[in-house]
Amino acid sequence: MSLLSVTDLQVDYRVAGGTVDALRGVSLEVAAGEVVAVVGESGSGKSTLAQAVIGLLAANGAVRAGSVALDGEELLGRSEKALRAVRGARIGLVPQDPGVSLNPVQKVGTQVAEVLRVHALADRRSAPARAVELLERAGIPDAVTRAGQYPHELSGGLRQRALIAVAIAASPALLIADEPTSALDATVARRILDHLEELRAATGSALLLVTHDLGVAADRADRIVVMSQGRIVEQGPTAEILERPTHPYTRELLAAAPGLAVVDALPPVSAAGTPIAEVRGLVKDFPLPRTRGSFRREHLRAVDDVSFTIARGETLALVGESGSGKSTTARLLLRLADPTSGQVFLDGSDVTTVRGSAWRDLRRRAQLVYQNPYASLDPRFAVREVITEPLRAFGVGTREEQAARAAELVDRVALPAAMLDRRPVELSGGQRQRVAIARALALSPDLVVCDEPVSALDVSVQAQVLELLHELQERDGLSYLFISHDLAVVRRVAHRVGVMQGGRLLELRPTGELFDDPHHEYTRTLLGAIAGQQARV
Amino acid sequence: MTDLLDPRTTAEPAPPPSSGTPPVAGRARLGRFLRRRPGLVVSVLVIVFVLVSAVFPSLFAPGDPTLAVPRQRSLPPGPGHWFGTDYLGRDVWTRVVHGTSLSLQATLTAVAVALVVGGLIGLLAGFVGGWVDEVLMRVVDVLLAIPPILLALALIAALGFGTTNVAIAVGVASVAQFARVMRAETLRVRGTVYVEAARAVGTRWWVSLGRHVLPNAAGPVLVLAVLEFGLAILAVSSLSFLGYGAPPPAPEWGSLVAEGRNYLATAWWMCAMPGLTIAATVLAVNRVSKALDGEWGRDR
Amino acid sequence: MIYLARRLGFAVLVLWAAYTVSFAVLYLLSDPVATLVARASDGSAVTPAELAELTARYGLDQPLLVQYLDRLGAALHGDLGTSFVSGQPVGRTVAEALPPTLQIATAGLVLAVVLGAGVALLATYTRRRWLAHALMGLPSLAVSLPVFWVGLMLVQLFSFQLGWLPAVGARGPEALILPAITLALPTGALIAQVLVKSMSTALAEPYVTTARAKGVGPLAVHLRHALGNAAIPALTVLGYVTGNLLAGTVVVETVFTRPGLGRVTVEAVADQDVPLVQGVVLFAAVVFVVVNLVVDLIYPLLDPRVTQAVPA
Repeated sequence: MSLLSVTDLQVDYRVAGGTVDALRGVSLEVAAGEVVAVVGESGSGKSTLAQAVIGLLAANGAVRAGSVALDGEELLGRSEKALRAVRGARIGLVPQDPGVSLNPVQKVGTQVAEVLRVHALADRRSAPARAVELLERAGIPDAVTRAGQYPHELSGGLRQRALIAVAIAASPALLIADEPTSALDATVARRILDHLEELRAATGSALLLVTHDLGVAADRADRIVVMSQGRIVEQGPTAEILERPTHPYTRELLAAAPGLAVVDALPPVSAAGTPIAEVRGLVKDFPLPRTRGSFRREHLRAVDDVSFTIARGETLALVGESGSGKSTTARLLLRLADPTSGQVFLDGSDVTTVRGSAWRDLRRRAQLVYQNPYASLDPRFAVREVITEPLRAFGVGTREEQAARAAELVDRVALPAAMLDRRPVELSGGQRQRVAIARALALSPDLVVCDEPVSALDVSVQAQVLELLHELQERDGLSYLFISHDLAVVRRVAHRVGVMQGGRLLELRPTGELFDDPHHEYTRTLLGAIAGQQARV
Repeated sequence: MTDLLDPRTTAEPAPPPSSGTPPVAGRARLGRFLRRRPGLVVSVLVIVFVLVSAVFPSLFAPGDPTLAVPRQRSLPPGPGHWFGTDYLGRDVWTRVVHGTSLSLQATLTAVAVALVVGGLIGLLAGFVGGWVDEVLMRVVDVLLAIPPILLALALIAALGFGTTNVAIAVGVASVAQFARVMRAETLRVRGTVYVEAARAVGTRWWVSLGRHVLPNAAGPVLVLAVLEFGLAILAVSSLSFLGYGAPPPAPEWGSLVAEGRNYLATAWWMCAMPGLTIAATVLAVNRVSKALDGEWGRDR
Repeated sequence: MIYLARRLGFAVLVLWAAYTVSFAVLYLLSDPVATLVARASDGSAVTPAELAELTARYGLDQPLLVQYLDRLGAALHGDLGTSFVSGQPVGRTVAEALPPTLQIATAGLVLAVVLGAGVALLATYTRRRWLAHALMGLPSLAVSLPVFWVGLMLVQLFSFQLGWLPAVGARGPEALILPAITLALPTGALIAQVLVKSMSTALAEPYVTTARAKGVGPLAVHLRHALGNAAIPALTVLGYVTGNLLAGTVVVETVFTRPGLGRVTVEAVADQDVPLVQGVVLFAAVVFVVVNLVVDLIYPLLDPRVTQAVPA
């Protein structure tokens, strides 16, 4: 008999003007000690499934039909009180975002101890010591100190470890991890997943791992369940799913998963002629808030002596984790921020200090595509207005010519012309990012800086947007500066890759070389953290 | 990545278009929207009624508000005088309807003063920033330290009595609140990625101010203005209740309650009815403001 | 220590600015000399000599800037000037009027906090949708009612109709009940509105889900996890609430014909007694500043994220 058995589960959400089906008849089994990954894109219902199992659907959600049984006992329809005896004790939850999943005004140790107290696993006196033990088991160094601290004093990785300590406190038979590492940097994520795997193996718990990342699932799971639009489209042993996917959606996901598909790196572009952009010895300091007792202002060096060139038709990628200085470098290159020292050249001319109208003229040569297409478009503007805004700013063409240009641009980013009259709220994430790209192209720039252009999008949409960027480059000879934290994405699009850490450019080499023979230790760590490699080898 | 809490945020495929629906469907949707919110419909009707009475009081109360009929002194509400009559035999309903004009003028003046002065201060502080922001906001902080009613009283002590002075005093007392919200909104919008994106495509700052910042910052400020309308009705009527408003013969909501106060034990309706009118109007305004908050407010 | 010093410095700055603003409003916009003359003359003409004597007695013959500096200097020593009407020092008038006002303000504040927090906690806790709706409707109803009218209606019902409680005056604890209720209604409604909002926000946070996933019961989730976080924004309005409660006594004391600071204010405004009005405004600013100072000191205890080095 399996540990968890979900049969024909149907869940819907009450929304303004009706209901939305989130799960349309989902059945799956998890055996004791087994790791099952549920993979799907946003809206697939994978998190709803996890919540329904633990009985914590959002207030507007309701189970319509089906059954959820743990060890043969039906959980659905149980009283809230009976469910409380299950939660935390027999099913542990590792939540999605460690930044907001701990109570900010309670000490970490208290929050771990609470689960022991609730299930009478420790009394008032023994709970604190047990909590420290659990934090140690979750891999937190100096656990005694950490237990007495508040969540904001811990890094994201440590917070997620504390949440893992909460989840394993009662040695539950089933752990549910809902996107446990998607809010963390890749190297941290990898260490945490490794540790979670160790703990799980030691206690013999089963793990239901909910993730959007097929690579993570491939690395960690015994079996994979693929979900789309509230249904399970395919499930089976990991190797089988990866090697012989039967459903077209699974094949699509596999092809799009950056870490799994093996792509040949793009060959370097010839560096002949004047580079389209060049930076020399860029440095950027940010003043830190004054600290107590010190009257001198401390500075944070966000960018430290960075130099590179970008050739015509080339894609140069800068990769690094959060705080590495990659985005600041991009803003310095565009002159949206002023460097503390160093020089910026566009098409051979020094633009480090241009002001006023000369500064505005830079906008015609270099443009920017932002990370979050939900924030970068004015919610009150129709797509047509968004795209023609640069034209209006520079007074390019008559009203009719601008309208014609907008239609042409929308066509080039492969959106239907009917989109011109829509507002951003009516568009999907991928469509919005296409609009943002169209806006960037409106003035026919030579260089487009893409700041994490796909990290807010689902993988299948990511692949489409990356493909579009590639086509535009082929046709118009565009150059890209591509900022990303995701080495797997970078491998697909870049001719050369620069690795940044702590503001410094560690190495900058052709993509193929860098991936095959990384020189720097940090680069090796980053490459090792790409999910999906264990499965691929 | 969070498809758990709110299935409405599903990214792909695109959500159905909301604008560009044919007008018939739009009207049907509006009908459904209103049918689910009977309170909102009633509130809008109350406000329309109040506005019409302010401009054409005789439409609803053809009588003379100052006409005293001694034989009909202190009649309780009933047919003929459904708000009753006062100690001189004047019809309370007629007096309330004719008092609307004065009360509403004062309220509108107050809101206009607060909105224009406060809005400009906030916009300036938020958009210019630096020391201008610093100085303006310190002044606003100080104004916020004094309860609005007391500030209004101080202004009345300086300016003297009368409906206009009461209105100005109430408006000035709310300037700080508007300045704060306007500044916060301006800062919020100015810091958004789409405003930076506009700068990055070469849009000039004053174009950005007009096309991006003002329209996107205006929503919450206008919601506050509607809310302030309700508060101003209360403040104006409180001050005229205290006797700082229009001199006695002229009917005004707050002073009508004050007049009735001496007859509270014997003729409760003289107080109750004008007060009820104030309460109903404020309640209606607040309900509409809440509805607008959903439409124009922060959570878009 | 630096945190405390900065806070104190800011408080002093606010008080100075409040003094300046009220001085500017009262002495610049009005004509205190004319007020004095109208008051002293009883309609008959005032001789120039009398006028000179009068203006000199109140220091009104000096240039405005000198007046401002003189009065500010005196205020620093606790001398807020002399009432135009009674000739009493403003400080003493305010102090004498204070006790009865403090009585109803304290009673009102306690009632408001109990009612407001009670309604908010029950409205966010209950699972009966109709009850939650009804409770959440109460505050918006209460803030829409004119305070003076509520007071009069309570008097009509409980004093005239039922005869349970005295209608006017300040004798005995029974006389405190109706004014305290009248004062507490709008204030309690404000507290309830703020707390409902912050409780709803807190209850939707992921850490609440974490707590529920641990198997923690609903009451403990509500009080131990949500309220601890929701109390923080509610606390920030305490200064505002107290100030408005104080301002509310102006109306309430008039309605119930009670002696106190509110009545003093009403009369001072009616008489255009400029120094006394300024005294009352300053007193309100002091209350606001003191309450906020206390709130600032409590803040780091409730919210560990506010370190004392970085004032909010």
